[in-house]
Amino acid sequence: MTDAAIHPATPHGPKTLLAPDVAMKRRNASEKRFRLYGIAAIAVSMSVLAFMLWTIFSDGISSFFQAKLTFPVTLSSEVLDPKGNGLREEMTKVTTIGYGKILAAAFAAELQAKGISTEGVSDKEISELISKDAPGVLRARVLADTSLLDQTLELSVLAAGRIDGYLKGRVTKETAIRDSNISPAQLDLADRLVEAGILKSSFNSRFLTSPDASDQRPEAAGLGVALIGTAYMMFLVMIICVPIGVATSIYLEEFAPKNRWTDLIEVNISNLAAVPSIVFGILGLAIFINFAGFPQSSSVVGALVLSLMTLPTIIIATRSAIRAVPPSIRDAALGVGASKMQTVFHHVLPLAMPGILTGTILGLASALGETAPLLLIGMVAFVDNYPSAPVEGFLDPATALPVQVYSWASRSDPAFIERSSGAIIVLLAFLVIMNVTAIILRRKFERRW
Amino acid sequence: MKDIHIEERVVSNHKPKITARGVQVHYGTNHALKDVDVDILSGTVTAFIGPSGCGKSTFLRCLNRMNDTVAAAKVSGEILLDGENIYDPRVDPVQLRAKVGMVFQKPNPFPKSIYDNVAYGPKIHGLTRNKAELDEIVESCLRKAALWNEVKDRLAAPGTGLSGGQQQRLCIARAIATSPEVLLMDEPCSALDPIATAQVEELIDELRSQFSVVIVTHSMQQAARVSQRTAFFHLGNLVEFGETGQIFTNPKDPRTESYITGRIG
Repeated sequence: MTDAAIHPATPHGPKTLLAPDVAMKRRNASEKRFRLYGIAAIAVSMSVLAFMLWTIFSDGISSFFQAKLTFPVTLSSEVLDPKGNGLREEMTKVTTIGYGKILAAAFAAELQAKGISTEGVSDKEISELISKDAPGVLRARVLADTSLLDQTLELSVLAAGRIDGYLKGRVTKETAIRDSNISPAQLDLADRLVEAGILKSSFNSRFLTSPDASDQRPEAAGLGVALIGTAYMMFLVMIICVPIGVATSIYLEEFAPKNRWTDLIEVNISNLAAVPSIVFGILGLAIFINFAGFPQSSSVVGALVLSLMTLPTIIIATRSAIRAVPPSIRDAALGVGASKMQTVFHHVLPLAMPGILTGTILGLASALGETAPLLLIGMVAFVDNYPSAPVEGFLDPATALPVQVYSWASRSDPAFIERSSGAIIVLLAFLVIMNVTAIILRRKFERRW
Repeated sequence: MKDIHIEERVVSNHKPKITARGVQVHYGTNHALKDVDVDILSGTVTAFIGPSGCGKSTFLRCLNRMNDTVAAAKVSGEILLDGENIYDPRVDPVQLRAKVGMVFQKPNPFPKSIYDNVAYGPKIHGLTRNKAELDEIVESCLRKAALWNEVKDRLAAPGTGLSGGQQQRLCIARAIATSPEVLLMDEPCSALDPIATAQVEELIDELRSQFSVVIVTHSMQQAARVSQRTAFFHLGNLVEFGETGQIFTNPKDPRTESYITGRIG
């Protein structure tokens, strides 16, 4: 029991102002406690965020670097153009196996020329150091430019995923003993190659440009298709959502009569914003693919589904931005004889613009990270071909960044986990860019007023 | 009320500009204005006085149909502007508001430049053909509003950056820029200090030569100073309406007398 409780007769405590009374002390203490709770809460969330970012970056930053083998290759026309007429049609009959042989032979020759010991490593194992993706890349390059025939090129080809992992520390000689894809002897050879300057890790722009790759070739997998798909979808979501969302908000906020119907619409919009995203995926599957017949995994279907999800967010944000415009401005405009429409477009919208932009970009940002509905409409498919340019490209199969993260994370090879984190970094970079854009636009519009 | 100085004024026999007959306003179930008959004469300042919630602002907002924006408000009766019923379904309130301008209680300049604030009305009504004419209107309106000398060097500065009194005069300039015939003022000085109030009052007296001015005010001194005719509202009724001098010196209704002597309100 405190003094104050025992002596309720002195409600104002001690007479002096120089020392706090008991009740005051208690109030100050609780205020201090509350402030500490707040600081603790912020500290916890900051440290969780820092930990998350640290994990993602430490796992993922390495995906931007890739081990490459550099050696000269002579593109013998005897192998690549057996009929010797230089016709592209004839040359397409040589498959990647033919190119693989050329690469393997050139690599072996380079090892010999540099005097690198290949003790304990078979010829096949030597050729396994080269990525299975390399012959295909070389073939595409030669077919695109037949004048390369019989030339000697200084090629920089991807090393196999395990070799890359060895340079990044993911694969060690201990794990190689149990690994059927790589042997410790190959890793010893890799050490010697590094010394000779043939094997190096360098910046991997293909991570951002290549399409996805099969399970055997993690070193070749890239985000190219996902980036294009995401860009297409964001563009479509924007041109679908912004006009519809802003028009809806303006109508509901400024023109619609307040009656049972508008109340119903309002409740429905709020509820739609809370619907789990996977439900929108089912809806998209049923309506856009099964009923409307849009092609599966296409950007346009993804964009339509994401638009359904984003619209309520944009409408709610826009409405609150419009509502935040002081009514005195509307009075002023109406008072000088502006029509309702002029009032809205000359005065209300410009003032609401920062809020509308922020809401829209935040809505787009949440659409950017959405995965579940895209899985349902088939965007998780393995897409090896780039979508073509707009507008037809919107109907081509594509995938999206978050879906790519998901599909890489679910593959068995640890090399894909690294790429998954790398894709998250790219996704976060996208988000940061969008949010910075939102802030810049906001500033720009606010300064005008 | 010996402190109220009432100017000797000649109330000429101006013809009525606005004639209101049997005006009733309901806000939902609330009967806000009961059977009001008022004649607003041209070339005079008419003051509406009365305690808070008595319906004077409501009636003022009927005169340019600003009550249309309040969904619950229902206006009946008839208000004639130059003999035409402004509540006729054929009347477009937007057109009406160009003829009957309004100045609000709180200064509410647009968050735009001083120039754009004044130019906005003429622009949307297409009153000018070119920039030079618009410049002329802006200057003359700012001069009429006694603001020109203070702002002529910074017309591009935002109107919201002015002081309260300047903002209110800017709003007056904006309201007269559409060359209205009637100017409604809803407690235009309630947010202003005494000096700004004096400036606005002086302005009102000058504006009288070109517009019929209707002013709602809480200050009886202000009504006495600026108006020629005064209407006293109480609880939604128009209690008394007559010449300002008569209302303040010789009120006919006991409620008016109680109000101006400070016993109710």
